[in-house]
Amino acid sequence: MTTQMKEKPPLGQIIVITSGKGGVGKTTSAAAISAGLAKLGHKTVVIDFDVGLRNLDMIMGCERRVVYDFINVIQGDARLKQALIKDKRLDTLFILPTSQTRDKDALTKDGVEAVLNELKEEFDYIICDSPAGIERGAQLAMYFADEAVVVTNPEVSSVRDSDRVLGLLASKTKRAESPEGEPVKARVLLTRHDQTRIDKGEMMTVDDVLEILAVPLIGIIPESQAVLRASNVGTPVILDEPSTASMAYEDTVARLTGEEVEMRIGEERRPGLFQRLFGRTS
Amino acid sequence: MSLFGFSLKPRRAKTAQTAKDRLQLLLAHERAGGSGAADFLPQLQNDILEVIRKYVTVADEDVEIRLQRDNAVSSLEINIEMPADSGKKPRS
Repeated sequence: MTTQMKEKPPLGQIIVITSGKGGVGKTTSAAAISAGLAKLGHKTVVIDFDVGLRNLDMIMGCERRVVYDFINVIQGDARLKQALIKDKRLDTLFILPTSQTRDKDALTKDGVEAVLNELKEEFDYIICDSPAGIERGAQLAMYFADEAVVVTNPEVSSVRDSDRVLGLLASKTKRAESPEGEPVKARVLLTRHDQTRIDKGEMMTVDDVLEILAVPLIGIIPESQAVLRASNVGTPVILDEPSTASMAYEDTVARLTGEEVEMRIGEERRPGLFQRLFGRTS
Repeated sequence: MSLFGFSLKPRRAKTAQTAKDRLQLLLAHERAGGSGAADFLPQLQNDILEVIRKYVTVADEDVEIRLQRDNAVSSLEINIEMPADSGKKPRS
């Protein structure tokens, strides 16, 4: 599967995983999507842009193998090859961790561009895991992107922040600033979807969120216990099979690669009457 | 919500619809006004003060600016308290 890719020039597609709001599942999604792309045989690298609050390494399970980081490479203290960590499960997957000790000012636009250009020579997909917020780190994570996955929970503050981020993607990116050429292709990934609460009228539906944000949907990830389980052991949730979350991420990844996959809402086992009467934990 | 955790009420009883309505209203304003109206209000207040001071002396706190955002229209309410004794010096 992986050897076929060698003859073709790499795709060099830069995808930012962003959201504005924190805690909605950016890193979980960045880990799952990059592992999913790698599993399909695409040479993939995932970069942590959250300088000072490194966490992608833990979610990917490589926290003990970090020697050099993204900032070291930008500042010329290490070569890119030295900082890239090869995943132990998938040989087409690499992780570029960020610095835990520096702050976001260590990121420079020129430095980020140089690293991304070097990665584009070798990788099909470059996944940028954005920090929360809309400051420097988040802006640089999205600046060079070809595509964006805007992670959103069906909850008011998350939707509002996503709307703000969509505005930035349309104005403060390299693609937005260049007069010709396509804008950043932004799509919403709805996470923590809970059909039971929707049925009760306690949660906005997918259609509600899409109507408000007015961008296409890339996937629906159900609220799932597999997410915490996977992060506990440092496995991207897409590799924690079979779970509703891993299936939903697989569909999402397929759509990212251009496949048409019907949107389905996989839920954790629907609670039976007994569970509904006596509370539930999904 | 009902006593037994399931409800006979129609789908979307209350809160989800409220969330959607609030968001639609808010975002319509945020998108139109860029970063939001709050940004220019202090500057507006200063400018208004400057113009008024050409004619009368008013203190900073005598100008009150309020913004009310509703579904169809937004209203900007500016209250200027004119001093009875217009010779009074402003405090700052």
